[in-house]
Amino acid sequence: MAVEFTQNYFEIFGLPVDFQIDTSLLAERYRELQKTVHPDRYANASDRDRRLAVQQAAHINEALNTLKLPLKRARYLLELNGVEFDDEKETTMDPEFLMEQMELREAVADVRKQDDPFASLNKLMESINHKQSTMIDRLQELISTQEYEAAKMQVQKLQFLEKLIFECESLEQDLADAL
Amino acid sequence: MALLQISEPGQSTKPHERRFAAGIDLGTTNSLVATVRSGQTDTLPDEQGEHLLPSVVRYLDNEQAPVVGKQAIQSAADDPLNTISSVKRFMGRGVEDIKHLGDRLPYEFVQTDTSVPRIRTVAGDKSPIEVSAEILHVLKQRAEKTLGDELKGVVITVPAYFDDAQRQATKDAGKLAGLNVMRLLNEPTAAAVAYGLDKSAEGITAVFDLGGGTFDISILRLNKGVFEVLSTAGDTALGGDDFDRAIAQWIMSQANIGDDASHGVIRRLLHDARTAKEALADVESVELNIDLQDGGVWQGQLDREQLNKLIDPLIQKTLITSRRALRDAKVTIDEVKAVVMVGGSTRTLRVREKIEEFFGQPAMVDIDPDKVVAVGAAIQADVLAGNKPDDELLLLDVIPLSLGLETMGGLVEKIIPRNTTIPVARAQDFTTFKDGQTGMTVHVLQGERELVSDCRSLGQFSLQGIPAMVAGAARIRVTFQVDADGLLSVTAEEETRHVEASIQIKPSYGLTDSEIESMLKDSIEHAKDDVELRNVREQQVEADRVMDALQIALQQDGDLLTAEEVTTIEKALLTLHKVRDGEDHHKIKNAIDKLNDATTEFAARRMNNSIKQALAGHQVDEFD
Repeated sequence: MAVEFTQNYFEIFGLPVDFQIDTSLLAERYRELQKTVHPDRYANASDRDRRLAVQQAAHINEALNTLKLPLKRARYLLELNGVEFDDEKETTMDPEFLMEQMELREAVADVRKQDDPFASLNKLMESINHKQSTMIDRLQELISTQEYEAAKMQVQKLQFLEKLIFECESLEQDLADAL
Repeated sequence: MALLQISEPGQSTKPHERRFAAGIDLGTTNSLVATVRSGQTDTLPDEQGEHLLPSVVRYLDNEQAPVVGKQAIQSAADDPLNTISSVKRFMGRGVEDIKHLGDRLPYEFVQTDTSVPRIRTVAGDKSPIEVSAEILHVLKQRAEKTLGDELKGVVITVPAYFDDAQRQATKDAGKLAGLNVMRLLNEPTAAAVAYGLDKSAEGITAVFDLGGGTFDISILRLNKGVFEVLSTAGDTALGGDDFDRAIAQWIMSQANIGDDASHGVIRRLLHDARTAKEALADVESVELNIDLQDGGVWQGQLDREQLNKLIDPLIQKTLITSRRALRDAKVTIDEVKAVVMVGGSTRTLRVREKIEEFFGQPAMVDIDPDKVVAVGAAIQADVLAGNKPDDELLLLDVIPLSLGLETMGGLVEKIIPRNTTIPVARAQDFTTFKDGQTGMTVHVLQGERELVSDCRSLGQFSLQGIPAMVAGAARIRVTFQVDADGLLSVTAEEETRHVEASIQIKPSYGLTDSEIESMLKDSIEHAKDDVELRNVREQQVEADRVMDALQIALQQDGDLLTAEEVTTIEKALLTLHKVRDGEDHHKIKNAIDKLNDATTEFAARRMNNSIKQALAGHQVDEFD
């Protein structure tokens, strides 16, 4: 299909290419764009035009999804700056970080043994979220000083943490299902 | 430049012509239809003045039309095998799931070789899709009788937490009932539309929707007519029916009724349980008189305290789910500006009490919780039908469950995570692992778990026509697209040679296209239809739509085209116009395709142009 997606995600929303973004402006521009391209605006159009609208709307959603979340935004920005990520390859993390990860994982595993597993899981997740936001602050510094390799390392660490958060959520689901 | 104008009296769509559209709430317990008339949105009553149509279908023998609604309920206890209620619970499910679902289902399911379960009735074996179509058909007739005209399109609501198979089944039911389903709309989103109608509503809203058989919680951000769903969570097998069941089980244990009680006894017990539950919304305690199989009567009492004890664990489940929805939305409880209550089961006092305690604020209950979903759907239907061209209303929804692919070792790799805004498209690259391999199978799943066996299988997509190459040389890009209805479609292309691979879909729990086609043939709606004639009519409708849309496009944006391009388009337009009234649907389709080809570039330019215009006024200069 001939719709051109040549602009980068920042350009789509008319935003400067920068890690720090005005999230409320992003949300506002996103709504303006969706009001124009959303397939519901083409409910009476031909099948072809509706398909086109779905593709456009999907592309804009993808752009929003990438920019909305700091971790994805950082990774995208680094990629725009020529940093390559190979998720398949094993990455070497600093031992201190790995140690901490193992401890957190153990804490997650212990949740089931607690008197109120939901409360203790909730508490644990809060502390992981807090840790995540501190690490994102650091990531922002690294990007602004153009220390891209260090920023890449930071992104990989944050992806680790993201997996951990996902595991916590799965555990919560398991606990809820067992009720 | 001169642009071709084709319009004949009575053929072109007049801009002010009102297109009748309706919103349908296809519920587990009750169904409703609503429309917008003279600016007022209301649910429509039947001839007896009843708005709620009980979602119960009783099949009769001797080719008599089935009975739907209240009359069917009355026969439930006497004719349980042919009277089907809560059929929504079986939509998009396999025979195995259904065994898990109801502990004791009063129907006989037929073992078939197809993936869709069928219930044995005197009128033949019926799939849940066909049963739902009967309900929709009654509502369609009700709307058309009230409006005095044919319905141009409908919006049917579904639980936000419905998966792809359940959504597809609902859409198929609409098709079978002879409806043009413009959109499947999530029930909580519909409710938010009904409440946010005055547009003054802004900010974060939580919609708590507990129906007869399903539970949804959606967190939305409302902003100037845009309803943006941030997250949704739920349980498609949790609702008021479970309250009834818990009460019925309690009665059984109190009255010493064994698990071997007959279908009829269970039905009656569930009915008594429900009556008691509803009465307890007004009074502190109710008397129970239960007929026993030996002719005796068991007398007992159920008070609110006992009821709460029975249903608290179920309500607790909804609270855990609500917490997850908030977290997914990245919203704290304090940020929630309004809590909307939807669904008949929110009438149970304990539910309201617990929810208000959880959110720390009174819940909104101004609109009848049974009707609010249909009202919201009608508003959206009216907008989609084109009756409000300047309306700002836009609904941005999310996919409720992650979509993934089966990888090595029976694991699932997520490609679209839950709560991603739809429409969404994601591509995934595959390669061949054998020399000369020309086909491969992709197994698509939906759910949050890591193991294939714990997720819901949506279907097997087998790709054929991959050019033969050495192992690992082919690069097949498979694109998964979820449209605004939350429905998945899959396309594949071999990237190095740009060969489009063909895809055969084997839905795990849905009907194949040919099954739908044969059901359509058999359905009442199309009984007298000539298939050929219907094909012609379908193509004519699409031809008109294409021509109308193109004329408007040419008027608005004709200046985006060169004179040469206009000539090409006009030629194709003229050809379509000539064959449109013919009787060969292939010819019409062919002419539509040709015209579409001729205007693809134009359509893309127009869309790019409208995107530019949407952001015109604030371009990069304002940042320096």
